[in-house]
Amino acid sequence: MDVLPESPVESLLRGEGLVRVYDGRRVVDVDSIEVRTGEVLALLGPNGAGKSTLMRLLAALEPPDAGRVLYRGREARRSDPEFRSAAVAVLQKSYLWRGTVVQNLEFGLKVRRVSAPVRRERVRAVLEALQIAHLAEAPVDTLSGGEAQRVALARALALEPEILFLDEPTADLDVTVRRIWLADLERIVRQAAPAIVLITHDPGEAFALADRVAVIEDGRIVQEGTPPDIFEAPATQFVASFTGAEFMLDGEVTEAREATLMVRLDSGQALEAAGQGEVGGRVRVAYRPEDVIIGLPSSSTTSARNRFAGKVARLHPQGGLVRTRLEIDGLNLEVLITRHALEELGLAVGVPVVAQMKATALHVFPV
Amino acid sequence: MDVFLDAIRQAVQLLLSGDPYLWQIIGRSLQVSGLAVLLGLLAGIPLGTWLGLARFPGRGVAVALVNTGLALPPVVVGLFVYVILSRQGPLGSLGWLYTPSAMVSAQFVLAAPYVAAITLAAVQSVPPELRLQARALGASRWQALLLHLREARLSLMAAVAAGFGAVISEVGAVIMVGGNVHGETRVITTAIVLETRRGQFATAMALGLILLAIAFTANAFITRVQQAQPRRRRPLTS
Amino acid sequence: MPAFREVHPEYRVRVIAVGSGEALRLAARGDADVVLSHSPRAEEEFMAAGYGETRRQVMFNDFVIVGPSDDDASPCRRLDVASTLACLAESGALFISRGDDSGTHARERLLWTTAGAQPEGDWYLEAGQGMGAVLMMASEKGAYTLSDRGTYLSMRERLRLRVLVEGDPRLRNQYAVIAVRYASNLEGARAFAEWITAPSAQALIGKFGVERFGRPLFSPNAAAQ
Repeated sequence: MDVLPESPVESLLRGEGLVRVYDGRRVVDVDSIEVRTGEVLALLGPNGAGKSTLMRLLAALEPPDAGRVLYRGREARRSDPEFRSAAVAVLQKSYLWRGTVVQNLEFGLKVRRVSAPVRRERVRAVLEALQIAHLAEAPVDTLSGGEAQRVALARALALEPEILFLDEPTADLDVTVRRIWLADLERIVRQAAPAIVLITHDPGEAFALADRVAVIEDGRIVQEGTPPDIFEAPATQFVASFTGAEFMLDGEVTEAREATLMVRLDSGQALEAAGQGEVGGRVRVAYRPEDVIIGLPSSSTTSARNRFAGKVARLHPQGGLVRTRLEIDGLNLEVLITRHALEELGLAVGVPVVAQMKATALHVFPV
Repeated sequence: MDVFLDAIRQAVQLLLSGDPYLWQIIGRSLQVSGLAVLLGLLAGIPLGTWLGLARFPGRGVAVALVNTGLALPPVVVGLFVYVILSRQGPLGSLGWLYTPSAMVSAQFVLAAPYVAAITLAAVQSVPPELRLQARALGASRWQALLLHLREARLSLMAAVAAGFGAVISEVGAVIMVGGNVHGETRVITTAIVLETRRGQFATAMALGLILLAIAFTANAFITRVQQAQPRRRRPLTS
Repeated sequence: MPAFREVHPEYRVRVIAVGSGEALRLAARGDADVVLSHSPRAEEEFMAAGYGETRRQVMFNDFVIVGPSDDDASPCRRLDVASTLACLAESGALFISRGDDSGTHARERLLWTTAGAQPEGDWYLEAGQGMGAVLMMASEKGAYTLSDRGTYLSMRERLRLRVLVEGDPRLRNQYAVIAVRYASNLEGARAFAEWITAPSAQALIGKFGVERFGRPLFSPNAAAQ
């Protein structure tokens, strides 16, 4: 089921002023959100941020306490047969019902009264697409976690929905299974439906699969954009740390230039960083450990303005990568480098190094 | 001991010979209790489902009341039904007292809360997200509800077997409202009481064996159902 | 019982109340030491089989045929029980039998034979239950039945039944006391049998029921042996 290349990007689903309250707390508070054809939208956020609830509101599985959801311009309701067929969701736990895999796959089609031959054909196609044809007659309580997830997804795909909601599709899987599953998802997801809404707490997953990401914190969308937008220019401290820029340095703005700021860190060093701020204001600078470039004192410099001399304080090998702590005059930098780089540079505790960071790799946020 | 074994031997012979008195009683027991349980299902399953899924003030009290249905004393039910069906009672004009209709009524009153209580527990043991997922696949609320019940069907079947076993072996209610009339309202349990009093041990034993067989079958079914609950998952493979 | 214990405090009496037929069967099995029964035929068989040591008359009461109280001008109201029963059988009026091989049931069967009528058909119901339950049933269903006068009188207020036939000699119900030969407490059994046929106990029997019903329920006749 491929997306027709010529179809114009169309707004399928719009959420306006959506509010949902549980026990007096606003679990969802979203002014506007849009789901478009030909697009994978990821709702990214930590557990409890309200993303599953938002998904349920968009899929009309739960009524909002305020606001509305529009499907092709009219109100989205489960009682509307067209919307019911168009919007299909796979919830977080696979919830397969008792019976065989095929019986589960046929469920939605039977509900829609699709004829037996068409049902059989769709089921066959979906079994193949997800590589679970060998499990067709297996009773569901004999399936492993990964197999169950595939069946749950197959069950939704068999319905050929217009909008497919996937709630944390890899959350319950163990590491090896997850990796395989993610690879498969990438392949499947593109072809699965015209529009896909993916709910996840894993930034890696969101960035790998989505065209557009909405980062959600405490029920609100704090940033929306393409993965590079979010990755390279996180809008808030929360977004930065959630997407990997977890290390923070405190300081004060000394100079405001066109696109960058000069920040004087509390530990004394001066940094040029990207962002907006007021001179004299207190800020926090976030950076990703993989964005710190380590070099030996004698090697030539890159265009990085921010260049400091220090030494290796600690090494934490983590498989193929090594987390390294550098000590630079009262400033500690956490760096992530490959083992290969470690060996090449001959790094060990105590070795003097030079650390450099591009201004664009440093994200400033007012405190 | 000889007397006992003798009685058993004679009992088996009686049963095998197709003694009409015996088999007529056995048939009636099955009919009365069977019908009572069937009606109990029709009333108990919707009630138990509704209580299991709905939320309303006072629900806790209603649930507690229904759960006492698992422990209703048959003689008390017999007493109430007797009074209601007697000539001075509100439903006396039906003329059901001392007929199988009264027995079915009394056993229905025993069976329905039983079925409701077990349905309630079974329905609550299925995660509510199941219905949400069904609706997320296009099912209507009713279809999702039916699915929910289907998921609990094994427990429900066990409930029916348990309820049937309970009503077919009770004697308090059926003797009071039925009267143990030969050829009309005599069932296995009331006949056993009578035949024992009359010293007809072989007959009593024959009926007792049949009742044991029925109870055993019901329990074997329940046990099978309980053992068939979720099996091991295949580990580790993706 | 309290009266007996006054005279013989050394014995403890446990009363098991069942129909005569069953009482005699219990005794034959050795489960009873002394039996008070009102089923002459069964008693004779019992004695003939050697289970009983002594058998003595104690008292008698009578049976009555009762029927629906709103049945005033019943055509079957006769003076003798045989023709009454024959009439009832013919008219197909609802009759309820104890159907439990008790003393009352045995008497009832005998009476049908005497009446020359066959107790079978839709109108004849065999309820396998005790006298009280059968009377309740007859009252509910507006049917006829044979009852001992004592039970009937004790329940009269709660029943919609009245006596149809009484006084016929064939309705007389004789009670006897039997000391069981193989009793575990033969001495006690003999003591009881002695006591209940002695004048003091007989006098007590003669007064029983007068206060409540206006007439004695039993007529002591141990002396008339």
